[in-house]
Amino acid sequence: MRAQIALYVGLGLLALVAPFLGLYPVFLMKLLCFAMFACAFNLLLGFTKMLSFGHAAYFGASAYITGWLVTVQGWGTLEAILGGVAVSMLLGAVIGAIAVRRQGIYFAMITLALAQVVYFVCLQAQFTGGENGLQGIARGSLLGLLSLGDDRAMYYFVLAVFVAVFLFIRRIVHSPFGQVLKAIRANEPRAVSLGYKVDRYKLTAFVLSASLAGLAGSLKALVLGFATLSDVSQGNSGEVILMTLLGGSGTFLGPFVGANVVITLQEYLSDLAGSWVSVIIGAIFVVCVMVFRRGVVGEIQRRFGQRSD
Amino acid sequence: MTTVFGVPLPAILGQLMLGLVNGSFYALLSLGLAVIFGLLGVVNFAHGAFYMLGAFAAYIGLQFLGINYWWALLLAPLTVGLLGVLIERLFLRHLYQVEPVYGLLLTFGIALIAEGIMRSLFGASGKSYPVPPLLQGVLNLGFMILPIYRAWVVMASVTVCGLTWFLIERTRLGARLRAATENARLVQAFGINVPVMVMCTYGAGVALAALAGVLAAPVIQVSPLMGSSLVIVVFAVVVIGGMGSIVGAIVSGLVLGLIEGLTKVVYPEASSIVVFVIMALVLIWRPAGLFGKEP
Repeated sequence: MRAQIALYVGLGLLALVAPFLGLYPVFLMKLLCFAMFACAFNLLLGFTKMLSFGHAAYFGASAYITGWLVTVQGWGTLEAILGGVAVSMLLGAVIGAIAVRRQGIYFAMITLALAQVVYFVCLQAQFTGGENGLQGIARGSLLGLLSLGDDRAMYYFVLAVFVAVFLFIRRIVHSPFGQVLKAIRANEPRAVSLGYKVDRYKLTAFVLSASLAGLAGSLKALVLGFATLSDVSQGNSGEVILMTLLGGSGTFLGPFVGANVVITLQEYLSDLAGSWVSVIIGAIFVVCVMVFRRGVVGEIQRRFGQRSD
Repeated sequence: MTTVFGVPLPAILGQLMLGLVNGSFYALLSLGLAVIFGLLGVVNFAHGAFYMLGAFAAYIGLQFLGINYWWALLLAPLTVGLLGVLIERLFLRHLYQVEPVYGLLLTFGIALIAEGIMRSLFGASGKSYPVPPLLQGVLNLGFMILPIYRAWVVMASVTVCGLTWFLIERTRLGARLRAATENARLVQAFGINVPVMVMCTYGAGVALAALAGVLAAPVIQVSPLMGSSLVIVVFAVVVIGGMGSIVGAIVSGLVLGLIEGLTKVVYPEASSIVVFVIMALVLIWRPAGLFGKEP
């Protein structure tokens, strides 16, 4: 426990000074956004064992809505973020309500198919800008007090949100609600026979995860200044699975680690390897599934004899 | 001229024919997916990639090796099927003990690899594959103009689907296959080599996808990403039909293709999502799918 706290404090300090270490703040923010996305996804896969294959829908829809609210409607930054999150929450509620009717791989296929609907809507709707996406999304300011145009100011804002989300997810997992989720993960029929309304718990977890994924998406839109079809695409859904799996699903730090590895790889490989990037990503997928199912953090925890949660 | 919803009848029939062609691909692909799922319990995400590889095998054969369409129809499924056998041997086999989602994730990774390699080698743009000379031209049926190749695709795929159904439901081999689906250990105890059967089943399912790819090559552009969105539609088709149901896969594939074609006439904007919307409705009404048994 003490080692864990020391690790978190160390990571926190590192995150605080990171922009002064010569690291490009926009890249750091992108890392944090995708780490947040992966943490939100992990709430489902890691702690409830529901594999959603369509999480890009919530991430991307929220990115589009936030971008649209800022650029077209002229909303303030915070309101636009909340608007995006509200939409992904609603989407999560609708898709989740249909998907939780089935388990396992069926659940995966249904979430994938319904996410594809969101993709096509984004492709064809007027407000998303079609193939071009939304460009030039301004970051605005926090309640008119602090301008977020400066990369460092924006970085600390994103970092604060990430830390809040991270702690919130820890709180959920350790709450009585989280205990029920773990019971469902371990043995669903038994949880039913104990009298828990399993579907309702699963739906709640789904909506929470979708909303947090939406939060990550709208922050990403503000950080990079654009929202595009690749945010809502199947590829993005696959990547968040890879991040979580690679880092270690069901661990708190795993998705963060996985997101760092995947985003860094993409950033450096895209110049070097071009279209071979997807081959490399696919190969990592295969290796993870075949020999590395616990992920980086899961393996470390096993070595040092800690329980996974 | 006769019109329906203000659209001329021949145009509607043309779209329906196109829908039926797409439905033939859905049927072939979802049939393979259902057979693989039934025996292996694996949702084969790479199915779209194997369909793409089938089309590319035909294209490469014609461009570089001088192999014509008819030989491609035989050789492409064979080659890609062998690749499937190899993948089952090397990777999938080791995942039968763990949860089924890992099979889905593994095949997703394989699909990414296959698509990435083909994109690196051939670029992202589509390649055209000529319609074989024997099947060129159109038939004038009086009420509509029917391209011969499209009719051939529907006939060929319905025939192959029918043969597969016969093989599984009416032959000795099929009986063993169905028995192994019910209880693999018991069938193994009776002296049937189940691992080899599983391997061949995966190869056969993959070969069906490749066959669909060859059939599709002259109708659509051959491109590395042709399978990645198709596979999601096919997933929806098998969810609607009920996973593991052979008849369900074939019938819902064809019918959904038709419905999609009809939507293109009535309300084109919705044509790409109509299958998914139907899936959602079916799930609300009958969670196990139309032909599936309650889990």
